[in-house]
Amino acid sequence: MKNITKLGAVSALSLIIGASAAFAEDIKVAFIDPLSGPFASTGTNGLHQFEFAADYMVNEKGGLLDGKKIEVVGFDNKISPKESLIQLQVAIDQGVRFVVQGNSSGVANALTEAIDKHNRRNPDSRVLFLNYAAVDPALTNDKCNFWHFRFDANSDIKMDALTDVIAADDEVKKIYVIGQDYSFGKAVSAAANSMLKAKRPDIEIVGDELHPIGKVKDFTPYSRKIVSSGADAVITGNWGADMLGLGRSIIENGFTGPIYTYYGAGSGMTAAFGDSGKGIIRLISEGQVNPPPTPEASAYYDAFSAKYPEGNIDQTRISNTIGMLAAAIEKAGTADDVVAVANALEGMEYESMWGGTLFMRPNDHQLIQDMHIAAHTNEGITYTFDSSDYGVLVESTVEMASKDSESSCEMKRP
Amino acid sequence: MTNKDPRTDIPKGAKPSEQIMTDPSKASERMRAGSMTLTLVPWVVAAVLLAILPQLFTNNSALTIMNQMSITIVFALAYNMLLGQGGMLSFGHAVYAGVGGFACMHIMNMSDFFASIPLVILPVFGGLFGMGLAMIVGSFSTRSAGTVFAMISLGVGELIAACSVIIVAFFGGEEGVSGDRTYAQPFFGVEFLQQEEVYYLTAAWVIISAALMYLWSRTPVGRMANAVRDNPERAEFLGYSSRWVRYYSFVASGFFAGVAGGLFAINYEILTEENLNTASSGVILLVTFLGGVGFFFGPIIGAIAFTLLQTVLSLSTELWAFYAGSLFLATVMFFPGGLAGLIMMHVPAFKLGKAGKLVMPYIKTLLPGAIGILGLAALVEMTFHYRHAATGDDEMTIFWTTFDSHSLMPWIIAGALTLIGLGIARATAPALKDAWSEANSAGGAS
Amino acid sequence: MDLILVNLIDGLVTGLLLFMLSAGLTLIFSMMGVLNFAHASFYMLGAYFAYQISIALGFWMGLLIAPLLVGVIGAGVERYGLRRVHQYGHVPELIFTFGLALLIEELVQFIWGKNQMPYNGPEILNFTAFAISGNSIPAYKIFMIFISVGIFLGLLYVLTKTRVGMIIQAALSYPRTVEALGHNVPLIFMGVFGVGTALAGVAGVIAGPVLGTFPGMAFVLGSIVFVTIVIGGLGSLWGALVASLLIGWITTFAKSYNIEMEDILNGIGISTPENLDDNIFRDFWSLTSPQIADILPYILMVLILIFRPAGLFGKRIQ
Repeated sequence: MKNITKLGAVSALSLIIGASAAFAEDIKVAFIDPLSGPFASTGTNGLHQFEFAADYMVNEKGGLLDGKKIEVVGFDNKISPKESLIQLQVAIDQGVRFVVQGNSSGVANALTEAIDKHNRRNPDSRVLFLNYAAVDPALTNDKCNFWHFRFDANSDIKMDALTDVIAADDEVKKIYVIGQDYSFGKAVSAAANSMLKAKRPDIEIVGDELHPIGKVKDFTPYSRKIVSSGADAVITGNWGADMLGLGRSIIENGFTGPIYTYYGAGSGMTAAFGDSGKGIIRLISEGQVNPPPTPEASAYYDAFSAKYPEGNIDQTRISNTIGMLAAAIEKAGTADDVVAVANALEGMEYESMWGGTLFMRPNDHQLIQDMHIAAHTNEGITYTFDSSDYGVLVESTVEMASKDSESSCEMKRP
Repeated sequence: MTNKDPRTDIPKGAKPSEQIMTDPSKASERMRAGSMTLTLVPWVVAAVLLAILPQLFTNNSALTIMNQMSITIVFALAYNMLLGQGGMLSFGHAVYAGVGGFACMHIMNMSDFFASIPLVILPVFGGLFGMGLAMIVGSFSTRSAGTVFAMISLGVGELIAACSVIIVAFFGGEEGVSGDRTYAQPFFGVEFLQQEEVYYLTAAWVIISAALMYLWSRTPVGRMANAVRDNPERAEFLGYSSRWVRYYSFVASGFFAGVAGGLFAINYEILTEENLNTASSGVILLVTFLGGVGFFFGPIIGAIAFTLLQTVLSLSTELWAFYAGSLFLATVMFFPGGLAGLIMMHVPAFKLGKAGKLVMPYIKTLLPGAIGILGLAALVEMTFHYRHAATGDDEMTIFWTTFDSHSLMPWIIAGALTLIGLGIARATAPALKDAWSEANSAGGAS
Repeated sequence: MDLILVNLIDGLVTGLLLFMLSAGLTLIFSMMGVLNFAHASFYMLGAYFAYQISIALGFWMGLLIAPLLVGVIGAGVERYGLRRVHQYGHVPELIFTFGLALLIEELVQFIWGKNQMPYNGPEILNFTAFAISGNSIPAYKIFMIFISVGIFLGLLYVLTKTRVGMIIQAALSYPRTVEALGHNVPLIFMGVFGVGTALAGVAGVIAGPVLGTFPGMAFVLGSIVFVTIVIGGLGSLWGALVASLLIGWITTFAKSYNIEMEDILNGIGISTPENLDDNIFRDFWSLTSPQIADILPYILMVLILIFRPAGLFGKRIQ
């Protein structure tokens, strides 16, 4: 079977890939996210933001530990857990010690378990997992481990901040919760129910619904239900095409109240909502873009726009991730001993250029930060998204959201 | 193209059952029966090769990629039991591998039971569960072949894939089910902590499953599958129930698909919705076809080639799916026998002892052709870079050369390479054609 | 009661849209035996072309030109691709369309990028036609209904009343006889493929503004088109229409009303088990109809294939 000899050629190839830069001086950060397929736009944009943050914040300022540079290497996981694990292995063989990932909690879950097992089985090549966007609460609760750090607020924290804002609005009497039918959608729904009940018992949840993820062609039947339920506001954790489809359909069918979203901006969505979403779409997120919080942030955004005229900084947590990683490496004095870096990250307080202080909670590795509710609008916007006239403007802020929230994490330390 | 329209040769108004299935009258789609004698040589060579490979390539990513290939090989061979041998086109075969894999994950999580069995036999359980599901589904789907079978497989595939996010208790939702393989009973002291140990386990299973599937194709049931594929009515006249023959093939295929699922569970220690969905089912169809359904070893080549495309090429370019799509179109248009068919085309020339005559014409045509195609790929990459790279980031690297994609020179070079390469290939193609017919005709050289 | 009427209209729009895709596919399938996996990709091309044209010339020119372009491309694919592959048999044809679908998606991403396109309907239709107890029906939807019904009537007329239609129908069943009578059967096939893809293009043009224009739009539609024509019966235009409407209404109503499995099971006399959270069937008990709305057509298809393999209106018997 001469075809088996092909195996040899294959592995020779992968050997070359694996060995090519294993001994380089740079500090390698593997970006494992979709760079092809339906979610590629989010992934590519994230990679650009990471590369830019590493260059702007670290490399152009002389690097770390006497001149070592941070090199962000993109690995295409096609948003598949299986491919992510293969790419993780390739990355580790290339000498990567820091992995960043964010799109899909399912992938994050696979990665965090695989990294935990890898670090246990291979103490010589341990890696850290810096999760910048996967918000399933379980990752810093039941499924937490020492190697995982989350730089985004988890969905419970976001909901906590969001319900604080809703609770202060006396006009809201009825709320409709809708999301995708999977763990994250369910987490959003559960948190909305319990927190609203605690903060505003008089608010009635008129609908609580899950729809199949990525399969719905036409959201009209759902938006009909929302309109006829008489809801004053909608809360949704939808993302991607499901977010845009749902949002457009709700607006088209005559809904005028606020739609509170987790992911209703950027990635082409702001441009697509355009005028129709003005005064309706709200976004709950960390990091303030409009009005610009600090001169530093403005300079950073201007430099980014000059490099990527069509790009958005819709994930300010990416520069926070790089900033905190750089600070931790400096503090630990090494980029090879990830346990030292992890110990330096734990409990770190960091002044973000996007405003506020960031605090890496040591007991569950969840970053505590200010949360903002922003509105989709074209007025008072300095930095627009998607090359449109629209952007998100911060309306209200919850400082250090959920700082004292509980966590069921029982972390095993090496 | 000849003037005669080939389309008129198909049985118009044929029963839909004859409409989508492999066509036995086309040599490229018919699995050869092969000789009754089973030569041991290729198997021994394959086993020795698999055994020494990790000595040559010690890094973990090479092992991971080889493991992925092995899993795909088992799955593709199982799939070809249906498509190549039985003439049944399935659009939902991933569910049998997936369900087998999920069952293995649940066994991994049953700590008491799992601690009492060695890890090496886990794929058997995967196979049994895959087979169980195939027995249920097959009971109604194999009643007819062709379109009805294909569409039922599509429907059932979609249903089970949709269940994966609804029935969380078994499929674990979109996060899937995960476990730890090292909790099994140690196998002669091996705990399967390292990739290399897992590699040997997977390699052993590949050899065993491939051998069993090969033997299956030699049994009377396997032979009858071919007969039923080619002419179900005649098979019925001989006293065989074509339905039951299809059923047995289907169940056996489900078993080996389940084994592939079990191997997946051992390798990745997690199973998710992607193991079940229609995209995975489509991929295995493409893999099998790319390798060639007409030969037993076709799917093996397909699995190797596709894993390379998906895993290794995607490290180098974001456009890997574009190239993969182009490769499929090219294969299907020019080499419908797949890569295996391409290799086997040369057997007659070898047997006639004239293969040597092909070497020079091949070099003359294929080398410029390859250069032309690489030039074309370079043009595509440059266009992509030009359109999508950051402002000021004009430098790009292809084929180990770094240059400025916004200057004219690289475009001229790539364009010239493409034109000249393809031009020469085109000019020398008639000579290759002549050499080909010469090499394949018996008799002395004239 | 009012909501039922609204849902009937919404389901009609969904169903008619599906019909425009399945009408072309069922003709292609029954005539050539080609399971065209790239059919939804032509739908996507229609939307993108129309978007590009609408920037320069406005929506209406897009509606006119984009389907023509798609049809020409479709005919080209048949002439230079499928016809070549056809001689190898049906599975290679299928793989060809499979690869084509992959390639079209990649090409679209290459040209237009990966983000959603801001493709919108014409300003003139941007008003509420009428409202039923607070639920507004946009004028654009009424427009969609008219376009699809117009196309259906046109197709029906061409296929049953004109000479070309007669030849097509004859070529469906007896291609060799038709060829012997001096008709150019390959040309007919190319024409049917072109028209079928152009219909998909029309669907893309008018659905793009409502359902979104993004690289995954073909994949989202996915195999539901095949399901439709199988349910309706291969080669039957009426079957395609009935199946499309059936699917449109079933999915719309299933999403609109929260029917819970628990209620159904209780209704037929099975009582809810205690400690539902520990029960292995807990997910089954908590099923709701919106969760499974989009897989109902697949269940329907499997059932139909088991009990009536020829489909609802199919004439051929297995």
